[in-house]
Amino acid sequence: MEEKILTSQFEPKIASFVCTWCTYTGADLAGTSRLKYEPNVRIIRLPCTGRIDYNLIIKAFENGADGILVSGCHPNDCHYSSGNFYARRRFIVFRELLQFIGIDVRRVQFAWVSAAEGAKWAKLVNKFTSEIKDLGQFTNYQKIKRDIFLEEAVI
Amino acid sequence: MSRIGVFVCYCGENIGRTVNCSEVTQRAAKLRDVVYSVDYKYMCSDPGQQIIKDAIKKYNLNGIVVASCSPLMHEKTFRHAVVEAGLNPFLCELANIREHCSWVHDDKRNATDKALDLIRMMVEKVKKNLPLDTIKIPVTRRALVIGGGVAGIQAALDIADGGKEVVMVEKSPSIGGHMAQLSETFPTLDCSQCILTPKMVDVNSHKNIKLYTYSEIENVKGYIGNFEITIRKKTRYVDDSICNGCGICIEKCPQKKINSEFNTNLGTRKAIYVPFPQAVPNIPVIDKENCTYFKNGKCKVCEKFCDRNAIKFEQTDEFIKENVGAIVVATGFDLYSIEKERSDNYQGYGEYGYGKDPDIINSLQFERLLSASGPTLGEVTRPSDGKIPETVVFIQCVGSRDKSKGIEFCSKICCMYTAKHTMLYKHKVHNGKAFVFYMDIRAAGKNYDEFVRRAIEEDEAIYLRGRVSRIYREKDKLIVKGADTLIGKQVEIAADLVVLATAMLPQKDTVPFAQKLGIGYDKYHFLSEAHPKLKPIETNTAGIFLAGACQAPKDIPEAVAQASAAASKVLGLCSNDQLEREPYVAYVNESSCIGCEFCLQSCTYSAIENKSIVNSKGELVKKVAYVNKGVCQGCGTCVSICRSKSIDLAGYTDEQIYSEINSMFV
Repeated sequence: MEEKILTSQFEPKIASFVCTWCTYTGADLAGTSRLKYEPNVRIIRLPCTGRIDYNLIIKAFENGADGILVSGCHPNDCHYSSGNFYARRRFIVFRELLQFIGIDVRRVQFAWVSAAEGAKWAKLVNKFTSEIKDLGQFTNYQKIKRDIFLEEAVI
Repeated sequence: MSRIGVFVCYCGENIGRTVNCSEVTQRAAKLRDVVYSVDYKYMCSDPGQQIIKDAIKKYNLNGIVVASCSPLMHEKTFRHAVVEAGLNPFLCELANIREHCSWVHDDKRNATDKALDLIRMMVEKVKKNLPLDTIKIPVTRRALVIGGGVAGIQAALDIADGGKEVVMVEKSPSIGGHMAQLSETFPTLDCSQCILTPKMVDVNSHKNIKLYTYSEIENVKGYIGNFEITIRKKTRYVDDSICNGCGICIEKCPQKKINSEFNTNLGTRKAIYVPFPQAVPNIPVIDKENCTYFKNGKCKVCEKFCDRNAIKFEQTDEFIKENVGAIVVATGFDLYSIEKERSDNYQGYGEYGYGKDPDIINSLQFERLLSASGPTLGEVTRPSDGKIPETVVFIQCVGSRDKSKGIEFCSKICCMYTAKHTMLYKHKVHNGKAFVFYMDIRAAGKNYDEFVRRAIEEDEAIYLRGRVSRIYREKDKLIVKGADTLIGKQVEIAADLVVLATAMLPQKDTVPFAQKLGIGYDKYHFLSEAHPKLKPIETNTAGIFLAGACQAPKDIPEAVAQASAAASKVLGLCSNDQLEREPYVAYVNESSCIGCEFCLQSCTYSAIENKSIVNSKGELVKKVAYVNKGVCQGCGTCVSICRSKSIDLAGYTDEQIYSEINSMFV
């Protein structure tokens, strides 16, 4: 019985790209405040969300990620003054691209978590993890990839 | 060939309680290229660091992963240890298994697995790490202070007293700023000029200070430690190296009825003038627009009478270059103008009739009326007919804290100076009555609230909590209609003079100025600090500091304190020959760069320039991007925007990040 529960429980793999100044520090604060959250997220620390090239997100999907969480400083609080604006603008375009190729945009979430918002980070991770659990495992990526390559081959 | 060592820390029980550290250590040893893996109770302690140092030598390690706390906590510690063992510090990475793992999870199985994942990611990343050298930047050990108000003066004097040269640039003909215009200062009622003018004289005579008045910043190039400033010295038409300030030119000038800016248009000056008698430097300026010679081609009376031949009608603007290592910005404030018609986005206060009725004045004008050196020599009289006003109404928060007028902030000093105004008025007009309309009294500060109480209790100022809706003239009186919300009644006061405590705004043209310097500003155009709490002096551009009311409304002690803080930052910077900074900067692959300039446009710091590649004959082969390492702050925005993947960020290269992603899930 117990074994059945274990195998049926889907544990999503979530990759997270965060900036070092706000969200990484905020996630540290969640730790120092001993807030508990789901263990599904693996954080990649970057200097700024402006550093996030969308290829990184695609690469994470290719490696089996079920969801991607991107988070940085709030607008106007960017350590580099405008990096997060670039990230935000790029993300708007990227979402449309995701939609176009058939990836559920709910699998990529963009958030602002400041260095003081440890609780927000914990809440965000829990919420996102449960959303991805509802969406289920992302098995479609390889199919989409094959389709795109096939289409290219036909052209 | 990578030889990676993994060092797992228990952090006492902090990590060990939820992460099975010995299991992690054993599993980490099986990761590819990991040649050594060990756990220890406190890796950051001396014996812990010794384990790392010994292992580097014994196993000839070329990559270190310390699985412990957050890199923000101990990255420096471990990198320092690595250096002592002879390894490049940037070949050491931390896997954050405390803040991001053991402290936030309860389940030991999950936490242990996650800890191993985090270590694996870091092992893969560190394999791609390159040895980096900290960037060393030479420092020009001089400073530029922009603005000659009390903040600029304090900063300049502190830096100069610290033994470093200062270049001060002030746009008006004299230093002194707004403080020189004030009568007396709260809460002690010292005479403003008496405490300021000695400092002004000090600036002019200090051997370490080079003063440029009537000058503006034309251009700023360079970066921390190495700024190149172009100063435009505006034409005075008076040779400041010859003039001795005797004043005969001013005495003889026939143009008498020009509004004096220093006296806020309440007094007059001549076409050749010094703004006020205590001006520093005491050298006159010819106002070209009002000078008879420039208007009609005839006059030159000043030239005739000047026995030193200092008047130079043929003078033109002069451009001077100065090299400095740091900049203090102290450009100060301006008052919110409340005329009905306004060109900017603030709406004005048409209902208060400022500018229409001469007896409705702003608080700076009232300061001039109170000042012993003012247009009335300190006698409080009405601008319209020179009568002594028997009833004066002061209105606070004109502009400030008024969302509908576009200004939501509190101007901070108005509560205090209005209390001061009522006192000084009462001291000069003994039978006078002072009414104050206020929203809240904000008198936080040493001896401040006591001061306001004194105005109310001893000098009998009548404070009415409420707003004024309208002011209109009825014969000799100004009728002020307002509300007293504490008794819930409408009030009507027949006043002789109305003084409006208008909001403090930054100097006009702050935006193009900030863009010239590459520093941030907020929606009101106040200059932005790098961090509201921990970096209130710094701007987001390294080497540029803020002082005074250019950042936010401030009173004199605050402006002075911030100026001294900025000076200490400058002195700290200038105490080194070289600056060291982390080498996380972008670099360009010139062979694949297509010169599209996308990175140039995306760089907030203007750190990227064009570079021409020429062949041996000197012919242009192509243009590529070039990153100025001194300016680059390492955000990486250019990396993600590059279409040909020709720009990368040291420390966070594509290779490193992809390695992390590829090893993230197994």
